[in-house]
Amino acid sequence: MHPAFSVIFLTTLIGAAQGLFLALFTAQSYAAFKLLPQPDAHAFYGQGSLLALVLLIAGLGASFFHLGHPERAWRAATKWRTSWLSREVIVLPAFMGVVFLYGLAHWLGWHPVMMTLPGGLPVDPSAILGVAGTLLAFALFVCTAMIYASLKFLAEWHSPLTVINYILLGGASGFSLAAAFAAYTAPELVSFLTGWAIIITLLGLVGRAASLYRNARLKPKSTLQTAIGIKHPRIVQKTQGFMGGSFNTREFFHGSSVGVLRAIKWFFLVAVFPMPVVLLASGMQGATILLAAAFLVQYAGLLAERWYFFAQANHPQNLYYQSIA
Amino acid sequence: MTQLALVIDLNVCVGCQACVTSCKEWNTSGSAGPMGDQNPYGADPTGTFFNRVQTFEVGEFPNTETVHFPKSCLHCEDPPCVPVCPTGASYKRKEDGIVLVDYDKCIGCKYCSWACPYGARELDEQQQVMKKCTLCVDRIYDMTMAPEDRKPSCVKACPTSARLFGDIHDPQSAVSLAIRESGGYPLMPEWGTQPANHYLPRRKTRIKIHEDELERADNPLKVDRQLPRPAMDEPTLDDVTTW
Repeated sequence: MHPAFSVIFLTTLIGAAQGLFLALFTAQSYAAFKLLPQPDAHAFYGQGSLLALVLLIAGLGASFFHLGHPERAWRAATKWRTSWLSREVIVLPAFMGVVFLYGLAHWLGWHPVMMTLPGGLPVDPSAILGVAGTLLAFALFVCTAMIYASLKFLAEWHSPLTVINYILLGGASGFSLAAAFAAYTAPELVSFLTGWAIIITLLGLVGRAASLYRNARLKPKSTLQTAIGIKHPRIVQKTQGFMGGSFNTREFFHGSSVGVLRAIKWFFLVAVFPMPVVLLASGMQGATILLAAAFLVQYAGLLAERWYFFAQANHPQNLYYQSIA
Repeated sequence: MTQLALVIDLNVCVGCQACVTSCKEWNTSGSAGPMGDQNPYGADPTGTFFNRVQTFEVGEFPNTETVHFPKSCLHCEDPPCVPVCPTGASYKRKEDGIVLVDYDKCIGCKYCSWACPYGARELDEQQQVMKKCTLCVDRIYDMTMAPEDRKPSCVKACPTSARLFGDIHDPQSAVSLAIRESGGYPLMPEWGTQPANHYLPRRKTRIKIHEDELERADNPLKVDRQLPRPAMDEPTLDDVTTW
């Protein structure tokens, strides 16, 4: 497939935002159970939510560049019964709304006790919004990943690993961002968030390596024989019916050499996993620059990872477009 | 229930591209149009087509066969492009099984083209909406046309009658008969899309010639061969003897 930068930015930006929100609410939950010190809610949760919201808006903005008719984008919410893309279009704004309210509750210091848990723990609106946001964050990961995983023709994507990796890689970048952000606003949480960022990054490495291993061993279900229905083992295309390009030759081919593809794969394998882990581990004591570098390196790596994710997918329609003459 | 479809005979197609140009001409001026071209006279021309004819070489030289392969939307009975559409712009008509795109609802997200294993959909660069074969839906029901003209324009254009059009759910129709009797097959059956369009395979054409067909049975002027002359007292027999 041809990797579209609009979709690469959409999936990586909202992934980081979802991970960041999950990190914020994880920290809040730990602090509620007195497992972590209480940070400055206004600065950490409030501004953190604002940061997540900015990333979500940037991702949503990027997605509009993918559309031929952005002014009709509202129509995309109608077919949620059958289309994962439609479901994403509904869940994304819902998640944005909850992140906004969650941040607002912390920003304004709005903490009326709405109920008390059996252990005597008070539940305020931010906790309820946090649970709702957590559910929506995971729902959004599933929707985004299922857009790709549900396409059975694209064997590289048609796997539960796609969903697992979207969750893990979004989570890893979000927790790395949360660690760097905490170094500025809540230093007492840095080591906790850094630890989780390292753990999720390593889990992400396992998931992504598993999908690379799987994809390297895929056997295409469709062949030129099934594509045109002629059983002879040796069929060569002589012409695809036109000499200039067409949508079919632009949209479904990445047009890069094997060398470039391999270089990008090794770049993201280094930039998404070992480098951020080393930077996070060395910045665990609160070295702001190292933690910020960890997130930036990981995010740059994720852009390459997403590029590779698209480029690696081999569409069966390509069987019909192998030769110009 | 009706399922309109094309049946394309690969044994007859000569790859003349008449269906390609006739399709483009009709549809660029019909309700599906315009089908814009970009840079049509430049070095790298491109444009929207509903129908393409490709050519494949089967076998190894010198034992090769050239197969011309017309390719358009197959109007699948279980079209994978329809459920993925987020707006409902892509739909399959209940009454005749034609898969269509509502150009006023399409947002140009290209998701349906990813979901089609055949590459039958093309995004129109000019209008930025997804386009595909309509089976000439604006022709086949046009009561102002003569009945024999109410067929897709590719079918009308084909000089070798390689393209048949009809209802494949009607067992008596010409297309059903062709599929049944001439080995019609769908493309990429492994995906379970149940394409409505079928293709008829290449056939070996052999002519068995008998000895007596090489000479004229009726040979009054004895041009081909002199026949044995009978004896004077024997009867003469047309075609057997010469007298």
